[in-house]
Amino acid sequence: MAEMTYRDAVAHGIAQEMDRDPTVVLIGEDVGAAGGVFKATVGLFDRFGPDRVVDTPISEQAILGASMGAAMTGLRPIAEVMFSDFFAVCWDLVANEIAKTRYMTNGQVSLPLVIRSANGGGARFGAQHSQSVENWAMAVPGLKVVAPSTPRDVVGLLAAAVRDPDPVLFFEQKSLYPTKGDVPEGELVDELGVAAVRRHGGHATVVALAAMVPRALEAADHLAEEGVEVTVIDLRSLVPLDVTTVATSVRQTGHLVTVEENPRLCGWGAEVASIVAEECLFDLDGPIVRVTTPHVPLPAADALEDAAMPSVARIVEGVRRSLC
Amino acid sequence: MTELRDRSDAGGPTTGAVGGGAGLPAPAPLEVRIAVYKMMVEMRDFESRAYDLFMQGLVKGTSHLGLGQEAVAAGFAAAMRPSDYTFATYRGHNHTLARGASMTAMMAELMGRRAGLMAGKGGSMHLTSVPHRMMGSYAIVGAHLTIANGAAWSSKVRRTGDVTVCFFGDGTTNIGAFHEALNLAAVWKLPVVFVCENNRWMEYTPISSVTAVARPAADRAPAYGLDPVLVDGNDADATLATASAAIQRCRTGAGPVLVEAETYRHGGHSRADPGKYRPDEEVKAWLARDPIPRFRARLLESGVEEVVLQRIEEGSRVAVDAAVREAEASPPPDLSLVESDVWADGGSSWRR
Ligand SMILES: Cc1ncc(C[n+]2csc(CCOP(=O)(O)OP(=O)(O)O)c2C)c(N)n1
Repeated sequence: MAEMTYRDAVAHGIAQEMDRDPTVVLIGEDVGAAGGVFKATVGLFDRFGPDRVVDTPISEQAILGASMGAAMTGLRPIAEVMFSDFFAVCWDLVANEIAKTRYMTNGQVSLPLVIRSANGGGARFGAQHSQSVENWAMAVPGLKVVAPSTPRDVVGLLAAAVRDPDPVLFFEQKSLYPTKGDVPEGELVDELGVAAVRRHGGHATVVALAAMVPRALEAADHLAEEGVEVTVIDLRSLVPLDVTTVATSVRQTGHLVTVEENPRLCGWGAEVASIVAEECLFDLDGPIVRVTTPHVPLPAADALEDAAMPSVARIVEGVRRSLC
Repeated sequence: MTELRDRSDAGGPTTGAVGGGAGLPAPAPLEVRIAVYKMMVEMRDFESRAYDLFMQGLVKGTSHLGLGQEAVAAGFAAAMRPSDYTFATYRGHNHTLARGASMTAMMAELMGRRAGLMAGKGGSMHLTSVPHRMMGSYAIVGAHLTIANGAAWSSKVRRTGDVTVCFFGDGTTNIGAFHEALNLAAVWKLPVVFVCENNRWMEYTPISSVTAVARPAADRAPAYGLDPVLVDGNDADATLATASAAIQRCRTGAGPVLVEAETYRHGGHSRADPGKYRPDEEVKAWLARDPIPRFRARLLESGVEEVVLQRIEEGSRVAVDAAVREAEASPPPDLSLVESDVWADGGSSWRR
């Protein structure tokens, strides 16, 4: 067991896969010699060389197109889109090309590729470098969508994503990069679509993702002081979505709260809420509550950004609302 | 421009040699030229029939024909080896045929039948035949140039020596993806040939009215450190020679080539578009330069017997008739296909 940061876990996870499989290549802006703008790919260039760790021009379409063409012809690229906001300039490649080609060709084309991206707020970067866009990806058939909350999961889920035969969007929450956690020694590979129950409690089920997981756990501590015990589920991936773990818990607690960093409309929590309403309505003993960022772009100032994103206090309040 | 030379027979556009200095190579061996002729005739017959079937409502949705542009698809396909990759646009019937895909499967795909090349899931704009290394027809202008780079990058990393050939229209030279792709290909010295089929019109707008330079592809080549290469896209000998030189250059690791092939579509942009927005004179002049009769005459001059060409023409008609018959006999796709092959496991489940 080694303690490492979420940031270092990214390079560690990529190295594990590049060591194992010579067809795995890494491509993106500043990912090579510079080690990435978030320093999440430090050391890979020296270790695997410029043929497998490749710096690109500022050309997001070219980066994703190259990854797609390489994936369909025998490589397993890991592409980096520096900030997930930049998906907006290359969304054609993601939504029209990468997501649909296997289907349109009746299974002729396989696209085993991973697109990593720094996602989410908390870094005071303002509205064009802070968005949570995992729900954009979730809305497009043909994309798997992963968002780890711990260094251990970064390694295990990244390995699963690289080995997956389908395209995976891998969202690294940028405010988690400096956080630390234990990562077991040796090869680590998880399964996509399996949620983790981070805390057990019988009064309510709180479902969260990425940076909202530690926040939900903190809220759970506060609630425990009042005698309210909640289960906290870390979804870990949105596609595939682990409905079984969520539904099983809701059937026990009778209450559901989702904690989403995305703006309100069409966030993943709305999908989870609708599934629970459709499949577990008679197990519910209170309203489903969604705690989200309001439907606004994220502001830059720390005071404003903190007020916009779901806080521990708002999660606590959301759970209380769900219980009445 | 590099080595722009006039091909005297039609007084048409000029032909550029790839890589500079070489001039026009000797014509290809006769059997290769005859094979090119056969491809062109089959393309013409296949697409003419596809148009009729569209007008009858049997080909549904849309269709974009390359009638008149056959010499580009055929010349390049003849210069490729079987393991080379093709990327094309929605105007990709000819490029798919040229790599050897089955006419029946293609016609059935256009008609939305079970026997379709993609079992009806792609349609006319997305013809793909991976066994023939026809890696797809793409319907968002520009995207596939970046994807073609990826196949070329992969060939380079895996040291296979394969070359990727990517076809697109003149209108595509004004979208960002074109420029991103050209720059990356040049910087990475990728084995990819970009072939702009300049048919002078985007959909309904002449390319000259919306483009800052006269030659939409060739004039942009120097911006990426590439030689401008212009070829008469209605001359199959010229396209074959240019293709052979370009592919050879890529195969030796010299980096990408950008070719502009001047050509013309005989019909409209898509579907039933009669193309009336084009001046009559222009259409007439280009119909007179139809690549098929032109190449036929040249083959006869080269000593090919009339009967050989007639046999090819008859064979093509028979093949297209059979393809239409077989496609029409094929039932609609099994409805289970709606939810198949989103994922590699064959299904479309998003939950667990
Ligand atoms: C990004 C994008 N914009 C617009 C269109 C609509 N469209 C389809 S074909 C076409 C014209 C393309 O012209 P060109 O590249 O010259 O190819 P051609 O059709 O002549 O073969 C347009 C505008 C599209 N498919 N994709």
